[in-house]
Amino acid sequence: MRAKLTDIVFVIVFVVLVIGVMNMPTDATTAAPAYNDIINHYLEQGADETNAVNIVAAILTDYRGFDTLGETIVLFTSVVAVSSVLRSARHDWKFDDDE
Amino acid sequence: MVVLNVIIVVFLIVCAVAIGKIKDLIGAVILFSAYSLMMSVLWLILNTPDVAITEASIGAGVTSILFFAVISKTRRHES
Amino acid sequence: MTMNDIIVKTITRIVLPFAQLYGVFVILNGHISPGGGFAGGAILGTTLILYTLVFGRKKGSKKFSHRASEIAESGGIMLFILIGLIGLMLGGSFLTNLDAGFPAGELGSILSGGMIPLLMIAIGIKVTSTMINLFNLLIDEGVHS
Repeated sequence: MRAKLTDIVFVIVFVVLVIGVMNMPTDATTAAPAYNDIINHYLEQGADETNAVNIVAAILTDYRGFDTLGETIVLFTSVVAVSSVLRSARHDWKFDDDE
Repeated sequence: MVVLNVIIVVFLIVCAVAIGKIKDLIGAVILFSAYSLMMSVLWLILNTPDVAITEASIGAGVTSILFFAVISKTRRHES
Repeated sequence: MTMNDIIVKTITRIVLPFAQLYGVFVILNGHISPGGGFAGGAILGTTLILYTLVFGRKKGSKKFSHRASEIAESGGIMLFILIGLIGLMLGGSFLTNLDAGFPAGELGSILSGGMIPLLMIAIGIKVTSTMINLFNLLIDEGVHS
């Protein structure tokens, strides 16, 4: 029963996704919602403003540097979470007396 | 090129459904690794080599290693 | 947890330096060719995981100890924020690049792009230590050392 329900949900999601892909704008049209003037600015002035050849790296670390800082903090938080859960199983440090 | 695209996308769909269906967790991780590798080829066809490199190293490499490390601490088969 | 297979050990010894060199190449060439801090850091971290898997946890922690990975973990973020604060002081806003006086260099050479290579190195250090740190934590869980 549960497996059949899962299959039905799979099929529904598949149909919805296919309909969504069919309605997507085709490659490299200017009618796409993501297209605006900022793309032209990056492509024309990116090399002058950042002096880097790889425009992806220029956007990632220069124009959108603050977002990259956020991504790095996400990684840091993941390590902190894993160590706070798993390292408590190890008894390799002494607890303070006041706890 | 269209034929290659269709083959890769069909492979991805088959992999994704199989990951949900399989009971062996190690098999699921190997399928996920194959999925990531095919996905990186697809990124390369879509002219995004940056994402392709990241997908091949993180998706196919590190993620499966971390999954194996977790599975080695728990059970291999889903009950 | 050590592998006692002579083939795996020998191949690892041969392949590892090249893989690490490729990781450093991807990080340092992030502003010229595809790649960057995240991809190169993941490659470097994977080589360290491979070393730990093949030669054991003890030898692996001798090469890159838990303390060192913790310092690299925080040091990567601190380096990133420090570069951003230099931009804030000299250029007026956080992470200002060329306006803050970072040397522009020659377009297309390895020393170009102002602070972009420095940020790539910071991200690379961070991601490398994250990968090896997560792996070590998951492997060590429950081990009384």
